[in-house]
Amino acid sequence: MAEKESKKITIPRAVMPEQEAEIRKRNFDEVPLGLTEAMAQQEALRCLQCKKPVCVPGCPVSVPIPEFIKLIAEGEFSKAAHKLWEKNALPAVCGRVCPQEIQCEGKCIVGKKGEPVAIGYLEKFAADWERNNGSGAVPAIPAKTGKKVAVIGSGPSGLTVAGDLLLKGHDVTIFEAFHKPGGVLVYGIPEFRLPKAIVASEVETLEKMGAKIECNFVAGATATIDDLFEEGYDAAYIGVGAGLPRFMNLPNENMIGIYSANEYLTRANLMKGYLFPEYDTPVARGKNVVVLGAGNVAMDSARTAMRLGADSVKIVYRRSRDEMPARDEELHHAEQEGIEFVLLTNPTQFFGNEEGRIIGMECLKMELGEPDDSGRRRPVPIKGSEYKVDCDLVVVSVGSNANPLLTNTTPDVKLNRWGNIEADPANGKTTKRGVWAGGDIVTGAATVILAMGAGRDAATSMHDYLTIGW
Amino acid sequence: MANKIIRREEMAQGTIILNEIESPRIAQKAKPGQFVILQVSEKGERIPLTMADTNPEKGTITIIYMVIGKSTAAFKDLKVSDEYYAIIGPLGKETHVENKGKVVCVGGGTGIAVLHPITRALKEIGNHVTTIVGSRSKNLLILEDEMKKASDSFHICTDDGSKGHHGFVTDVLKDVLDKEDINLVVAIGPIPMMKFVCDITRERDVETLVSLNPIMVDGTGMCGCCRVTVNGTTKFACVDGPEFDGHNVDFDELGKRLQAYVDDEKASYEAYMEAN
Ligand SMILES: Cc1cc2nc3c(=O)[nH]c(=O)nc-3n(C[C@H](O)[C@H](O)[C@H](O)COP(=O)(O)OP(=O)(O)OC[C@H]3O[C@@H](n4cnc5c(N)ncnc54)[C@H](O)[C@@H]3O)c2cc1C
Ligand SMILES: Cc1cc2nc3c(=O)[nH]c(=O)nc-3n(C[C@H](O)[C@H](O)[C@H](O)COP(=O)(O)OP(=O)(O)OC[C@H]3O[C@@H](n4cnc5c(N)ncnc54)[C@H](O)[C@@H]3O)c2cc1C
Ligand code: FES
Repeated sequence: MAEKESKKITIPRAVMPEQEAEIRKRNFDEVPLGLTEAMAQQEALRCLQCKKPVCVPGCPVSVPIPEFIKLIAEGEFSKAAHKLWEKNALPAVCGRVCPQEIQCEGKCIVGKKGEPVAIGYLEKFAADWERNNGSGAVPAIPAKTGKKVAVIGSGPSGLTVAGDLLLKGHDVTIFEAFHKPGGVLVYGIPEFRLPKAIVASEVETLEKMGAKIECNFVAGATATIDDLFEEGYDAAYIGVGAGLPRFMNLPNENMIGIYSANEYLTRANLMKGYLFPEYDTPVARGKNVVVLGAGNVAMDSARTAMRLGADSVKIVYRRSRDEMPARDEELHHAEQEGIEFVLLTNPTQFFGNEEGRIIGMECLKMELGEPDDSGRRRPVPIKGSEYKVDCDLVVVSVGSNANPLLTNTTPDVKLNRWGNIEADPANGKTTKRGVWAGGDIVTGAATVILAMGAGRDAATSMHDYLTIGW
Repeated sequence: MANKIIRREEMAQGTIILNEIESPRIAQKAKPGQFVILQVSEKGERIPLTMADTNPEKGTITIIYMVIGKSTAAFKDLKVSDEYYAIIGPLGKETHVENKGKVVCVGGGTGIAVLHPITRALKEIGNHVTTIVGSRSKNLLILEDEMKKASDSFHICTDDGSKGHHGFVTDVLKDVLDKEDINLVVAIGPIPMMKFVCDITRERDVETLVSLNPIMVDGTGMCGCCRVTVNGTTKFACVDGPEFDGHNVDFDELGKRLQAYVDDEKASYEAYMEAN
């Protein structure tokens, strides 16, 4: 056994073929090109097939990781995809956007001595293989229960709820405010990281399974949840995300050329501003771009700006490199594409010209002081260290809060003091009978996989309600 | 079916278009002062327009818009029984309508269309309504009969003197404010008009409501594109407005922000007119 293990570990971790940085930084095509079948099988052989796998508890939805990897090693790619689907409705998405380094791969035993098994690459491989080569057959739908469910919001959590409840025989209608379903997967995460065709194909599968999708429907405005109950819906799931951008409240923050990441990415992705004028919605094309913040959203904004023709793109962040919250792969890709990280630096004000367009900003240098509540060393300003930076586009990417548009109309759904919905962590139940919630509207901005996990738990509880009672 | 145009009228020599559209859900919910966002096609920009009227029984909403760029030009090309690709709403806060006694409604350009349902509601609830509408010339004036009907006293102003008072709405407004005890002014129109109205009413301490029209994307508070400064703080016009206390609005900032994409808009419009 010991011999076999060491043999496996000698295989080096697969290197993902990618578009070259100098070329990809000016196009919107996907960056990783995907593993070949041979590469995937070789990588799958690196898995030790642990009896008590530690990767699985590292996954928020407990994907049967050793099992699906074994199927890849055996060349059973379609079966591998179906194995993934047992726990994860959107593996093609998660293989691309999950922070594997702190979840499954972060726990992988192989990673203790060398590099962990590339679980994310393999997940993406199996899901893509099935999409491209599979029969496209959708799972069998049981006899209809006659119950109607309203799913509000078509992000990963809403899509998961819809899929699960369709599989239980309920009628599901998804209500989405935008003109296209997918949530952050379509309006936020850019094409070069998550091709929109993949999201569209996931949504299409749900439609084939019988989901109705009503776009251009703003719950709370077009109709309230109580209106939907009156129309005959038996239960509702709220998965409306965390759609209220935070600004920094600095002087001159409303000048032209200062965007929230939400606006910038929505213009670029959902409205396809990068294809202007073929698409009607314009998006600013800055030459000297500054992005404030260092999460995934900030990296997506910075790399989008580069693709829209910037000469220079800077990430300005008040803490140090170690604290940057973005996925490792995003940081790495951003650096390769020439995005500059200006760390331990905080903006203090913006400057504009007489037309009100931004021409520069002032920054202040920081140093690390005593640890704060989160255990991270608190950045403290260095007196007198202010300096100016020229820029013609700033993207503010410092997080988002709960959008109150819907919850203002549901006084019986209890909120916490930040405006997020209070839902039972075990099953997503809110304080309103027949109403569940999950994803970013409950947790605050988090991850795709957590939003999906919450959706799955809620769907189980909703099914109980629809068949047994509250 | 949904989003279908069932009535179309050209006004002001074809520079302003009216569409009555089937949109039962929105017609049910809409209140005066609220707006919708429309897209002509999947590739189209999201364009906010106020509902000039709604008919819940028939399930229709009415929009009245000025043709000024690519998107409104594409809207103009839609005929009766054509469908919009998308309509969302009703968005924004409804106008707070109460009986204030004597009120003045001031409208300019397509602002008159936005003002009409508010004027009507103010009169219905018992206010004495004086209305002052303005346009460059008599031919460009819209909704004259409708506004007259919704008012107790009605004044027209034209820049060229072709009808009514020869001059600006603000001239007549000053007159009315001098003669009568006015408790509320509602001003909706081009930014300079709203700004000058507010300058006049601020001096006299008369509460003034304006409706703002910043550039928008989603219209639901998720992007911040529509931010305006009111009383020194940032507001999102799509959810906090579009109506605000005019005395506290930073009109200069709004005017500048509306120019954010002028070059792109011009190129886009010219390309569209050439192709069609
Ligand atoms: C730019 C960006 C990059 C990200 N990158 C990553 C990443 O790499 N990895 C990762 O794991 N996570 C990432 N995240 C976070 C992740 O996308 C979110 O945590 C996740 O999408 C939350 O899912 P959700 O279903 O709760 O909501 P969302 O995906 O936000 O979807 C909510 C949907 O509800 C709709 N909606 C809102 N209000 C209403 C209403 N009143 N009526 C009807 N519909 C409504 C919205 O339009 C939206 O479509 C990123 C987020 C962003 C913004
Ligand atoms: C809440 C609200 C209600 C409105 N109601 C009416 C109405 O009832 N009737 C009417 O004629 N107009 C109304 N407008 C203005 C109308 O939305 C713009 O005239 C329209 O968007 C112009 O689009 P375009 O492509 O034809 O012109 P463009 O060439 O794109 O733009 C011309 C000018 O319109 C403004 N504009 C451009 N894009 C947008 C956008 N997405 N959102 C808002 N403004 C934009 C800019 O100042 C721009 O310079 C309203 C605006 C708002 C915000
Ligand atoms: S238009 Fe996006 S927040 Fe108002």
